[in-house]
Amino acid sequence: MEILVLVDHVDNEIKKVTLELLTLARSLGSPAAVWAGPGWSEEARTKLAEYGADKVYVADDQAIADHVVAPTAELLAGLVADKAPAAVLIASTGEGKEIAGRLAIKTDSGVLTDAVGLGEGFVAEQPIFGGGVNVRSRVVKGTPIVTVRLNSTVPAAAPAAGAEERVSVALSESARSARVVERVKEEKGARPELAEAEIVVSGGRGVGSGENFAIIERLADSLGAAVGASRAATDEGWYPHQFQVGQTGKTVSPQLYIAVGISGAIQHRAGMQTAKTIVVINKDEKAPIFEIADFGVVGDLHTVTPQLTEEIIKRK
Amino acid sequence: MEHARPARAPLGDGARRGERQARVNTGGRRLTMKSGINIVVCVKQVPDTATVRKLRAEDSTIDREDPNSSGVLNELDEYAIEEGLRLKEAHGGEVTILTMGPAKAAETIRKALAMGTDKAVHLMDPALHGSDAVQTSYAMAQTLKKIGFDLVILGSESTDARTGLLAAMLAERLGVPQLSLANKVVVDGSAISIHRVTDYGYDRVESSLPAVVSVVEKTNEPRYPRLKEIMAAKKKPVTTFGIADVEIDPGRIGLAGAYTEVAEFAVAPPRAAGVVVKDEGDGGVKVADFLTSKKFI
Repeated sequence: MEILVLVDHVDNEIKKVTLELLTLARSLGSPAAVWAGPGWSEEARTKLAEYGADKVYVADDQAIADHVVAPTAELLAGLVADKAPAAVLIASTGEGKEIAGRLAIKTDSGVLTDAVGLGEGFVAEQPIFGGGVNVRSRVVKGTPIVTVRLNSTVPAAAPAAGAEERVSVALSESARSARVVERVKEEKGARPELAEAEIVVSGGRGVGSGENFAIIERLADSLGAAVGASRAATDEGWYPHQFQVGQTGKTVSPQLYIAVGISGAIQHRAGMQTAKTIVVINKDEKAPIFEIADFGVVGDLHTVTPQLTEEIIKRK
Repeated sequence: MEHARPARAPLGDGARRGERQARVNTGGRRLTMKSGINIVVCVKQVPDTATVRKLRAEDSTIDREDPNSSGVLNELDEYAIEEGLRLKEAHGGEVTILTMGPAKAAETIRKALAMGTDKAVHLMDPALHGSDAVQTSYAMAQTLKKIGFDLVILGSESTDARTGLLAAMLAERLGVPQLSLANKVVVDGSAISIHRVTDYGYDRVESSLPAVVSVVEKTNEPRYPRLKEIMAAKKKPVTTFGIADVEIDPGRIGLAGAYTEVAEFAVAPPRAAGVVVKDEGDGGVKVADFLTSKKFI
């Protein structure tokens, strides 16, 4: 039973979530990776095979990348028609969901987003309302299309054949109607991406200023973590909006989430309460964030946090 | 694939609208805008995110009548409305609000009108209850074809279902360019350009109108309705459509024919109580001890 796994790649690099999806697909059938866009290499094939791809469908075509998501959806729709896979798995990123949405319309299939687990019969586990309610749902029409949240599976190697099959897609005029005319890369520094980071350190209103976010960054760097911020902090302009964790920002499910100076409004918890371990530093012992803490310190973040950073560096 | 086609029945101010609506069916050709941009902003009423939201036990749909979780305008839609208003102010035209939802969603329409939009369309029919994303996109696309548009603008997602699917699905169904996840939108004649937010920065993406755009949070600073506009909103035209009015096939919508189903749901169990200590000068060391015990250090 073949399961298509769309490879998420940037700058010829395979993103970690792809390995998570392959690991998940292996538990349900025979994973067939789909590479859409330029940059295909033997190195990429080896990596996909290492994580269990029995097959790899390759459409190494610049045009796919030049028209946002519609071409990838067309490619996948063609593969769904030709190969009749049992399901299609895609990373639950903004772009991944858009591809899934277009594919669902093209193949007249149901789509589920933000799954954190997938069981027999492709029943998906979805935390909704910011993790307040857990839903188990399934697709009942067409080919199940499921987007899977980053960090919801631990990737494990399990070598497979990784047999390469070249595929091509004749893009429709409609799929080419939006054109990418420029890609602007902004300096990102060495920190991991927020959505896929294993450890996230976030600061909130208690941090007090943009300058003080250096305290958060130093702690993050001592752990190799990503930096996040509560909406209170991004609204104040202390940290850029794209790092906002919460209901209207990024949803993260890291192994460890350290909330510093964050009270824990329901909208913030909606973006992080599926983290495996939660540590809280806050001076207000009544802050609701303590209710979901595995370990909390009631104290001044301006002294506790630097001490923690120092201690981590010392112990490493 | 379905394609956008011109409306048969204009809403309200007939002749002028008819002229704009004719532009929907351009097949991507470049046209000169004569009377501004016909903008439709799709909005949704959602349970207040500051409250505990629930699913209904009987059919696993979102409880939209819960008095403890009153319906509000999806906050990400405010950026879509603001962007529509700015484009109208720069280029002329009008901004129509489109929503699908029960009678209660009329409150959300009034809020959107009070921000300064011109009129609204409310797709309301008991048969729509329980529609999933695929079905909702069908119902919305049928309505958009009926009312006509140059530009459809949506928020990047709703705060209730958070699927982030609708903009892409509408573009697919309407056969028009998808310019989504934008934090900047520029219209020049019949051309449109956006900055699409990516992990590495942004992509500049272009197309011709008509198009579907979605905007992310903080694209702009949504305006607060002024009293005068709140009063004026009460007099603005709101057209209510049932499914037959926009040629929606009842077999393609609603809970019974949904493409997905909820097998079961449960309120997430509370996290096991953790350890909370007071800082006595060694708070940082204590956290480090905890992290060491969990092998993070």
